[in-house]
Amino acid sequence: MRPFTFTQAPDIATAVQEVSSDGAKFIAGGTNLLDLMKIDVMRPSHLVDITQIALDTIEETEQGGLRLGALAKNADTAYHPLVEARYPLLSHAILAGATAQLRNMATDGGNLLQRTRCYYFYDTHTPCNKREPGSGCSAINGYNRDLAILGTSEHCIATHPSDMAVALAALEATVHVTGKNGDRAIPFADFHRLPGDTPHLDTNLQPDEIITAIELPAKGFAQHYTYLKLRDRASYAFALVSVAAALDLDGDSIKEARIALGGVAHKPWRVPEAEALLQGQPATRENFRKVAEAYLQGAKGYKDNTFKIELANRAIVRALEQATKMEAIA
Amino acid sequence: MSPENAPGTAAAQRPTLPETRTVTLRVNGTSHQLQIAPWTSVLDALREHLQLTGTKKGCDHGQCGACTILLDGKRINSCLTLAVMQENKEITTIEGLAKNGELHPVQQAFIDHDAFQCGYCTPGQICSVIGLVNEGKAKTLDDIKDLMSGNVCRCGAYANIVQVAQEALERNTGL
Amino acid sequence: MKENYTGKPANRVDGRAKVTGEAKYAAEFNVPNLLHGVVVNSAIAKGTIKSIDTSAALQLAGVVQVFTHENRPGYTWLDSHYMDEDAPPGSPFRPFYNNQILFSMQPVALVVAESFELARYAALLVKVEYEAQPHETDLESNLPRAYTPKKYKSPPPTDPRGDADTAFAQATFKVEEAYAHPAHHHNPMEMHASIAIWHEDGKMTIYDKIQGVQNSQKYISTAFGIPQEDVQVLSPFVGGAFGSGLRPQYQLFLAVLAARELKRAVKVGLTRQQMFSFGHRPATVQRLALGASAEGELEAVKHDAIAETSRFEDYNEDVVIWPGVLYDCENVKVSHQLVDLDVFTPLDMRAPGGVTGTFALEVAIDEMAYQLGIDPLEFRLKNYTNTDQNKGKPYSSKELKECYRQGAERFGWSKRKMEPRSMKEGHQLIGWGMANGAWEAKQQEAAAKAVFSPDGKLTVSCATADIGTGTYTVMSQIAAETMGLPLEEVTFKLGDSTLPKSPLEGGSWTVSSVGSAVKLVCEKLQEQLLEQARKMENSPFKDANPEDVSFAEGRMFLTQAPAQSISILEAVQQNEGQPLVAEASQKPDKNQKNYSSYSHSATFVEVMVDEDLGTVKVTRMVSAIAAGRIINPKTGRSQILGGSVWGIGAALQEHTVMDHRLGRFMNHDLDKYHVPVSADIHETDVIFVEEKDEIVNPIGAKGLGEIGIVSIAPAIVNAVFHATGKRIRELPITLDKLL
Repeated sequence: MRPFTFTQAPDIATAVQEVSSDGAKFIAGGTNLLDLMKIDVMRPSHLVDITQIALDTIEETEQGGLRLGALAKNADTAYHPLVEARYPLLSHAILAGATAQLRNMATDGGNLLQRTRCYYFYDTHTPCNKREPGSGCSAINGYNRDLAILGTSEHCIATHPSDMAVALAALEATVHVTGKNGDRAIPFADFHRLPGDTPHLDTNLQPDEIITAIELPAKGFAQHYTYLKLRDRASYAFALVSVAAALDLDGDSIKEARIALGGVAHKPWRVPEAEALLQGQPATRENFRKVAEAYLQGAKGYKDNTFKIELANRAIVRALEQATKMEAIA
Repeated sequence: MSPENAPGTAAAQRPTLPETRTVTLRVNGTSHQLQIAPWTSVLDALREHLQLTGTKKGCDHGQCGACTILLDGKRINSCLTLAVMQENKEITTIEGLAKNGELHPVQQAFIDHDAFQCGYCTPGQICSVIGLVNEGKAKTLDDIKDLMSGNVCRCGAYANIVQVAQEALERNTGL
Repeated sequence: MKENYTGKPANRVDGRAKVTGEAKYAAEFNVPNLLHGVVVNSAIAKGTIKSIDTSAALQLAGVVQVFTHENRPGYTWLDSHYMDEDAPPGSPFRPFYNNQILFSMQPVALVVAESFELARYAALLVKVEYEAQPHETDLESNLPRAYTPKKYKSPPPTDPRGDADTAFAQATFKVEEAYAHPAHHHNPMEMHASIAIWHEDGKMTIYDKIQGVQNSQKYISTAFGIPQEDVQVLSPFVGGAFGSGLRPQYQLFLAVLAARELKRAVKVGLTRQQMFSFGHRPATVQRLALGASAEGELEAVKHDAIAETSRFEDYNEDVVIWPGVLYDCENVKVSHQLVDLDVFTPLDMRAPGGVTGTFALEVAIDEMAYQLGIDPLEFRLKNYTNTDQNKGKPYSSKELKECYRQGAERFGWSKRKMEPRSMKEGHQLIGWGMANGAWEAKQQEAAAKAVFSPDGKLTVSCATADIGTGTYTVMSQIAAETMGLPLEEVTFKLGDSTLPKSPLEGGSWTVSSVGSAVKLVCEKLQEQLLEQARKMENSPFKDANPEDVSFAEGRMFLTQAPAQSISILEAVQQNEGQPLVAEASQKPDKNQKNYSSYSHSATFVEVMVDEDLGTVKVTRMVSAIAAGRIINPKTGRSQILGGSVWGIGAALQEHTVMDHRLGRFMNHDLDKYHVPVSADIHETDVIFVEEKDEIVNPIGAKGLGEIGIVSIAPAIVNAVFHATGKRIRELPITLDKLL
């Protein structure tokens, strides 16, 4: 780890001011930032501790939704009575990620800003366009079993590692940010980026901006939902493929469907046109298969991860079935 | 929580030393003043600066749980937080569990159930079981297994550790 | 042996130290003015170092020195001076020897600074320029280069028996398949670390993570030319090792180098990433050819293994001995070849060779049972052997049939339907599989010392290790048993190179070797007690010989007249306030040579496999173990449970992934190298089958460190086949292989 200067920001304005200096970064939970600083992947010269700012409340909005303070801990969010009751999909997704220890530390805002766990990003002795723009992507022709099949570019096939973000994508959350130019609200679908030719940029957050809150709309799909996470061990592993599925059912008929995939792309993957195929349709395996096919249109496998296309396909079907029946998840 | 496109991700660095500062950590009910730079993790502060080596380093990246301590009664990975950020918090480590020479019930249960072999993950496992009880979220056996999965035991003592956790939950032996 | 303290579950005597954090591991000793060393590792797999620029690191106040091949002192560079007790044939790796890079992540510099954080930072400032040369790290693509080593580390493959080629060609039923086992890394929870303390008189005190302090002591002594008696190596607690501590690792060499040059105390600890920079279980491909008659008799076995090794040492392990150990077959031919690659030399890892070979053999046996349509357990019974076919010797004991019987009964094996995909619950396909395994019960020469002090405390010592296996506890039990003393009165000391000679702690031989020495030294002490007792007035022991006297419950008495007794304390106090001291060395008895000794296991497993998603859950497992006398069923059970967890890891999760373009292991941390977590582990039942063996060693115990793992992975593979109808021959069974 390289040396850095350290300050604690008492309020948002100071935080924004402090982070505008060259090489400055915010630190809150620190679970991914310190991990990466220790192996020299992240090299901030100044850290701004924002944990003293009162941004950890979870409260209802006037629109009937819920506002998660950016500094609310993942564990506090997942176990919050309003989240459990109205957004159980989010609760399940958070609890599918990391460990009790990490969820007690990690914040909701920080969760969205996690970096990819690509092997090559994590090893400074290998080329990586995300870590060092222009150096090349080691993963495309390297070991890529864990990596993306959708929305990739010739420069990067990294995946976004968050489980929470997959549920937030399905729930169509909004990310509230504050910067030097004031406040912005970013629809969740626009928050994370695809790699394109700028894989070093994970999100559309500007350097001087701080996440202040994540807002959930009123509709929480609390009756029919599932978060299905497929991974190499039963806990404490990132997703190979995950599916956040939420259904609004009228009897057997689907009024609205939401599906977001994790572990397959540089951002939580949603295809609203594919979701729309289910609108007004009966909740049958056949229809689920159709939407799964549509979701994986354009998917591209690499040397070791082609299986993810079929796995994601089957996982979507299974997740939608589970969401329909709401049986205990095996 | 600043975005990764902030400058400085790979900025050229001059070889300079970080400035130290006085950091006060409250560990097991005692305040300790340390003269350290911001780059010292709570784990290294405990092990290298306070000689409290009961808290273990198994990966230094939040991937094993050996460094688990209780921060205001909740489990955290002490390797992934800076000492400078944990002033005014109550830190409990394995050294703070026995009272007047009498083992905490969870410590005794680890011995009785033979819930360890090499003993290296054990302090973290014990803190984790106590955190599990304090946090109060485990209702089923599967919950226990999942919520204890942040503590890797390479010797493979899981079956016995889970028994300890079940017993601790039944008896409500938290902090 | 009596069974007052042995054969009964006892809590670990070092339990309190471990649950309070008082147990100190290698990196945890508080030494004044300690310097911290951080290692810089190579970015390339093969080539030369063109230049190393350490100037930026050295500019930092508090950085004391940066050691590289350019400024290391001129020590001996003879191969023989770097050969440790576990070194395979070849030329051992010598840190900072020259500018040659032999493998990726090779140590190339050591930064020594006043604090850990500073050393870690300064290590980033060391700039190394390389000239890379083409490397080879892929076993599969280099199979045509396979060679027979001039010398094998473990016994060479046995000569052919009968005519396996002809018998196979003529067999009615045949299985001929290839099986691939990946590289594994040990990954004990404690990362390797050493503290080297230099003393003004040139002597060294060293804390090391090692499975044999005397191995480190000898290695440092010869490598640095220090008299052996001037090097003391201490290792009272070891946070797991599983073989990673059989050889002194490079952090030890570097800590000593720096301490001697700087005349200070230096600690060098490896990071988790660096735990992937030395030995590993080698990637191995195997070909099994089995021929059987229509009646289910094995008529031919051909077992050929090709494993990776390094360019500088020929490592091999017992991969192909298992057909001869486990099955009765007249026509057997085996081979074990190596491919040298640009990697670090492989290193014994829990049940080396047994894990790899048993996997292939036991899966092939299951495949043959299916060809024949015979229940896999029935097929094994048909081909049961009471003699070790490799050695042509009878087993000193073998209760494998009883393992089958008790294990099958506990599991409910008789209810199994033969056909695959015959059980299902919802989306979960259910499968039952079994396998059996063996591990050799060896005894090595070991010594022990016993000191009985006038306050009635017995201290027994040996320079062995406790890597979590329970050495402290079982040796205390054996001493207590022999001396008839309460366990609380006995202390066992280990992990200090000045203590009596010990073999490495490995090979499941510590109880048999060190335990036998402990028993012997206690018997010598008994003779001394008898001498003392004879001195007493009106002593009932005046005419007694050692064989006439028994020791129990703190007393010694005439076996034929138990009422004639005195307390042991009285006897020891006859020695004018001085302790009684005995030393003994125990070698294997010659009679052992007439027999072969193995422990055995039978494992029965239930898996659930998701029919669509390919996820595998091991829901139920029964392992029945025959391993002679079980000194401590409590810690013994823990060892078998641990072996089961390892087996689940090997079957479903573990593999170190090499990017062959870079010649580098890429999943070099515990996020990306998966080992099982609590949520992976479900019902696990352990049965110890009674097995009496008075030949194997004076203790009658066969060891438990390795027998618990060998049959697990193949049983899981076979259960997955039963569940799905898919035969997986390449580990681990990740879900993609079942889609």
